[in-house]
Amino acid sequence: MVSAPVQVAPPVQAPARVRRLPRWVAPVAGVVAVVALYVAFRGKAVLPHDDDATLFHWLNDARDWVDENRNSSPIFLYVVNYLRLGAAGVYEGLQAGLVALGWPGLLGLAAGLGWLAGGWRIALVSFAGFAGVGVLGFWEASVETLALTLSAVLLSLLFGIPLGIWAGRSHRVRRIVTPVLDVMQIMPTFSYLSPMVLLFLIGPASATIATMIYAMPPAIRITAMAIQRVSGVAVEASESLGATRWQTLGKVRLPLALNTITLGVNQTIAAALSMVPLTALIAAPGLGEDLLRALARVNVGAALVPGVAIVLIAIVLDRMTRAAAQRRESGTRARAVRWGGFAVLTAAGLALVPAMAQEFPEQWQVQIVRPINDVVDWIEAHWYTFTGFLNDVVAYGLLNPLQDVLTSAPWWLVTAAVLVFAWRVSGLAAGLVATVCLLCVAALQLWEHAMETLTLVLVASVITIAAGLALGVAAARSRWFAAGLRPVLDAAQTMPSFSYLLPAVALFGNGRFTAITASFIYAVPVVARLVEDGLRAVPGTVMEAARSAGSTDRQLLWKVQLPMARGSLLLAANQGIVMTLAMVVIGALVGAGALGYDVVAGFAQQEDYGKGLAAGVALVLLGVMLDRITQGANGRRSPHKKRNA
Amino acid sequence: MKKLRLIAGVLVLGLSAAACGGAKVEDDSAAAPSASAAGSAAASAGGTVKIAINGWVGYEADAAVVSYLLEHELGYKVEKVTLAEEPSWQGMESGDVDVILENWGHPDLKKKYIEEKQIAVEAGSTGNKGVIGWYVPEWMVEKYPDITDYKNLNKYADLFKTSESDGKGQMLDGDPSFVTNDEALVKNLKLDYKVVYAGSEAALIKAAKQATDQKKPLLMYFYEPQWLFNQVKLVKVNLPAYTEGCDSDPKKVACDYPPYDLDKIVSKKFADTGGKAYELIKAFQWTNDDQNAVADDITNNGMSAEDAAKKWVEANTAKWQAWMPK
Amino acid sequence: MGTAAIEVRGLWKIFGPKADRIIGSPDADLEPAQLRAKTGCTAAVRDVSFEVRPGEVFVVMGLSGSGKSTLVRCLTRLIEPTAGELRIDGQDVRAMSAKQLRELRRHRVSMVFQHFGLLPHRKVVDNVGYGLEIQGVGRAERHEKARRILSLVGLEGHEDSYPEQLSGGMQQRVGLARALAVDPEVLLFDEPFSALDPLIRRDMQAEVIRLHREVGKTMVFITHDLSEALKLGERIAIMRAGAIVQVGTPEELVGAPADDYVADFVRDVPRAQVLSLRWISRDPEPDEPLDGPELPADTVIHDAVPAAMASDRPIRVVADGELVGVVSRVDLLGAVRPGTGPVAVAASAGATGEA
Repeated sequence: MVSAPVQVAPPVQAPARVRRLPRWVAPVAGVVAVVALYVAFRGKAVLPHDDDATLFHWLNDARDWVDENRNSSPIFLYVVNYLRLGAAGVYEGLQAGLVALGWPGLLGLAAGLGWLAGGWRIALVSFAGFAGVGVLGFWEASVETLALTLSAVLLSLLFGIPLGIWAGRSHRVRRIVTPVLDVMQIMPTFSYLSPMVLLFLIGPASATIATMIYAMPPAIRITAMAIQRVSGVAVEASESLGATRWQTLGKVRLPLALNTITLGVNQTIAAALSMVPLTALIAAPGLGEDLLRALARVNVGAALVPGVAIVLIAIVLDRMTRAAAQRRESGTRARAVRWGGFAVLTAAGLALVPAMAQEFPEQWQVQIVRPINDVVDWIEAHWYTFTGFLNDVVAYGLLNPLQDVLTSAPWWLVTAAVLVFAWRVSGLAAGLVATVCLLCVAALQLWEHAMETLTLVLVASVITIAAGLALGVAAARSRWFAAGLRPVLDAAQTMPSFSYLLPAVALFGNGRFTAITASFIYAVPVVARLVEDGLRAVPGTVMEAARSAGSTDRQLLWKVQLPMARGSLLLAANQGIVMTLAMVVIGALVGAGALGYDVVAGFAQQEDYGKGLAAGVALVLLGVMLDRITQGANGRRSPHKKRNA
Repeated sequence: MKKLRLIAGVLVLGLSAAACGGAKVEDDSAAAPSASAAGSAAASAGGTVKIAINGWVGYEADAAVVSYLLEHELGYKVEKVTLAEEPSWQGMESGDVDVILENWGHPDLKKKYIEEKQIAVEAGSTGNKGVIGWYVPEWMVEKYPDITDYKNLNKYADLFKTSESDGKGQMLDGDPSFVTNDEALVKNLKLDYKVVYAGSEAALIKAAKQATDQKKPLLMYFYEPQWLFNQVKLVKVNLPAYTEGCDSDPKKVACDYPPYDLDKIVSKKFADTGGKAYELIKAFQWTNDDQNAVADDITNNGMSAEDAAKKWVEANTAKWQAWMPK
Repeated sequence: MGTAAIEVRGLWKIFGPKADRIIGSPDADLEPAQLRAKTGCTAAVRDVSFEVRPGEVFVVMGLSGSGKSTLVRCLTRLIEPTAGELRIDGQDVRAMSAKQLRELRRHRVSMVFQHFGLLPHRKVVDNVGYGLEIQGVGRAERHEKARRILSLVGLEGHEDSYPEQLSGGMQQRVGLARALAVDPEVLLFDEPFSALDPLIRRDMQAEVIRLHREVGKTMVFITHDLSEALKLGERIAIMRAGAIVQVGTPEELVGAPADDYVADFVRDVPRAQVLSLRWISRDPEPDEPLDGPELPADTVIHDAVPAAMASDRPIRVVADGELVGVVSRVDLLGAVRPGTGPVAVAASAGATGEA
């Protein structure tokens, strides 16, 4: 037996101390070596940006080829264009259906589905949420957003659930699928768009497919997990009675996994809703368009309102699916009541359709754009010195120096530093993957812009993680603080990512700091939540033992809770960084430059297409690199270990 | 089990039948005026027109007036598709766009979509004259009279330094999708400047207002027609004069922007089947002042695009009457 | 046919890569810990052989990790054995096709699980009818049958409950009913009562004894609880590290443990209640009177106490009408006193019972 005893604090023994160097020596030596090399080789072996790189031209040529052969190449004639037609058909069908229901019908159906999923509470939430969307004056756009979301979710589930079942049943499939899903989830939403436009042109079909790809990973992952977690005893019992594999799947595995799969549907919807507004960039209809237009006019109020409409839709769909996921089997009578209520509510809504106007009545709508803008104007006028000062402090104090270092350091030094750091934090395999990613970025001829993006991400994630940690700790220690924070975090998590740009733009004008602020608002909720959950997950018995030994609250936090929540904290850091990357890229819409700008320019200017596509790939590589580095020892991706547990 | 196999068989059959000819993007039903979806709306007798909305308010003014007339005078339904300039052309291919109302040059796109692919056609001038250039606030010209010559820009580069400009002077550009040669200009004119993208027209306007109000130095990309010139005094910087063909290679441009005769582009399909809507759009023509008036109402007077259009239409009956199809 | 209900010969189950290469190689003789260190494989069942007679209750007993649960799963190939022979009612189970195997599981052998393995989304009646449902039996028929079985296990009136509404003991009755519903020849029990409270466990054991009497099925019963094994088992196999150490009747195990391991196991068993007089009778001393009470040799020691109390003479132990020895009060007291080394007792006994 070679298993080492697991201890939180290893006993310090005198002989061991003599033999080993203090723990800080190696890292400090590493830092010193990197600094020395930087000073010695500063400005050498840098990779300055070149808009004219051959790769970009080559990609442009590829684009031209696709453009020319879209209607003649068999790949397009028989595959790609059909996918496009199919997606368009699903979207148009759903959209026409939702429109045909009329607003009273849709409200009735929503309430009915809410009732079906979770009784009168959810029925009320659904009704109020959708009615609220109408009251805000965005009924039509919301229906389009809803149709787009639902069609993407439908397709995600259509492909995701069978794939998830397969992955849940086969270790081999899981091993192939997992890394692909990892990459899909790390990918900044922005980088999906260029290839989609190339293959499927712009429009709702392309948007549906992009959203579907973005939303599928949670469906696959959670289905696989649900299938895997089905009680082995029940499956064995079924097999012991001679059930075939399909019988066991249909009668045991799926029913038992159903609630968890519904949770996967919930996550899929959430992912789709966060992607759908962004697809307005490729001409998808709906609320995203209003957001985008407001962004172009720097009109905070006009952007906030559709943002709130999306949050309302998100809340309704979330509560509905969550309630459905928690539903328990009930008796025959209860079932009759549930379906009866559903039928009554839906029928009531539909009955009102002929009696009501086609459009959501204008007298019921409220205008809140103006008051919001008044507040924003006031803030802009009065806080200008402060916000300008903050902007300059971060830009001159953090961003510029760091960017200088990263862009003037030799590429091999940056790569080596990443390798060593990742190796130390997350092991050799992760280090190698991170290094290969960075080298590929260099090969894509986008080194300098990648370093600029990296600067933004580093600064933004340090700020985000620090704040998220503080909030999470506070929430874990105080019930009332947590209760107050939760709804704020909930709403913040469902806001479409680029509506965050607006308050930031209003406060700080255009530029990198705005992108940092936006990504801060975007990622802090997730970080805070993971930290809080991690701290709360520390077993009560351990806490009790520590307390009975006379620990102060501070000691409890530093010596028990934080070390024991290490896995969650690493995951929080990891998620914080990945989300920051996604948002910083979107910040290009407000002048944050770097790779994000290349992507935006890529689908806005013909001659920049190649660079944009390459930048999208570079972003993915950067994302994988950052993810691997921060993956740490939390082992959230080691399916092998689980088998013996 | 049997049922499943049957369904699969039907599916395969259906697919292969449909796949005989393959699918071309123009087959897309979305391209046809989707009158059926809007059928219940009483007024939409003429079907649907999809107008691309590019990201500046002058364009929106054009779209507002044209949409207003299409909806209220001709009974069409208008779908506005918010898009950048180049994707709007792509939209004609995918069927998501019928009309581009204010096109700024784009000879490359014209070549590709009009000549080569033949999916778009020109629909005449909007009557607006477009100017693109580099501008500084008027107070700067009073303080530094020689700043309007590009040759002196390097002398003043320090004035324009910001946190975003990397130690050089900042040349503020708008949306990355706008027509711009500025990166090439900075490079080819050997200017000690860095092009920074504000991200939108509104951001440019905000910067111009601040630069005037707070006397902050600003060098920026801007264009006419624009209502802002009625509010804020901006002076154009003289770049090397434009000569025919001096901007043919986008990487080697070292001259000013050409004067633009803004025009309308419509999809081939719309030109063929658009009927009265097409005739109206083809006839649409107004002045820079007309556009600025509507744009000003939309941006500064708190009007919705529709209200602003209504105001203009009611005040200028003679002008739009001339556009109406006979 | 007179064949055994279940016949197992040289059965192996090794988990891990290239498990089949280990059998027959010298590695097969290694202790499990060493084997794992050397090859990464885990030998859960090692060269196990036994037979179960029709209608017998056969108990396999061992500590956790001894391989007993793996062994019982090998019987219907819920876990695929690595090597060995396996016959149920004379048929070679290992040679069966997937379809034949399914038929075996559907109609002839069914199993009761430690953690019940009930389907929480189904009513009790549908849980019990599950086996019939997958055979394709119609709804009315399987409900009718399920109700009958439920009343057999004392669960009338709970047909429409969901499993989570029942207590642990009742849930296991549902598990039992589900196994019985398909009317199998053989019932396999995998530690069915170890998750239950002691009192309920006793009830359930009584229930199994009663059912065995009523329906007379062959039963293979896995347990880690020695008293349960002694109470239920006609014969008991003791497993250790994947191998069977000893098979015998309760009396044989307690009276004549095959090795120190088994001896250690049965040390605390009240021998007086398991062993018969045969195990402690001895040749009379020359001066002993032989006119004491006469008792048959298979009398449990505990039951001989009244006779010993009634007379101060040594008891005469008789088998087939012949005197096999005597037992004095002192001998009796020595056997009743707990904690006496069984080896000492066994040494004085003539018979050993290794099978």
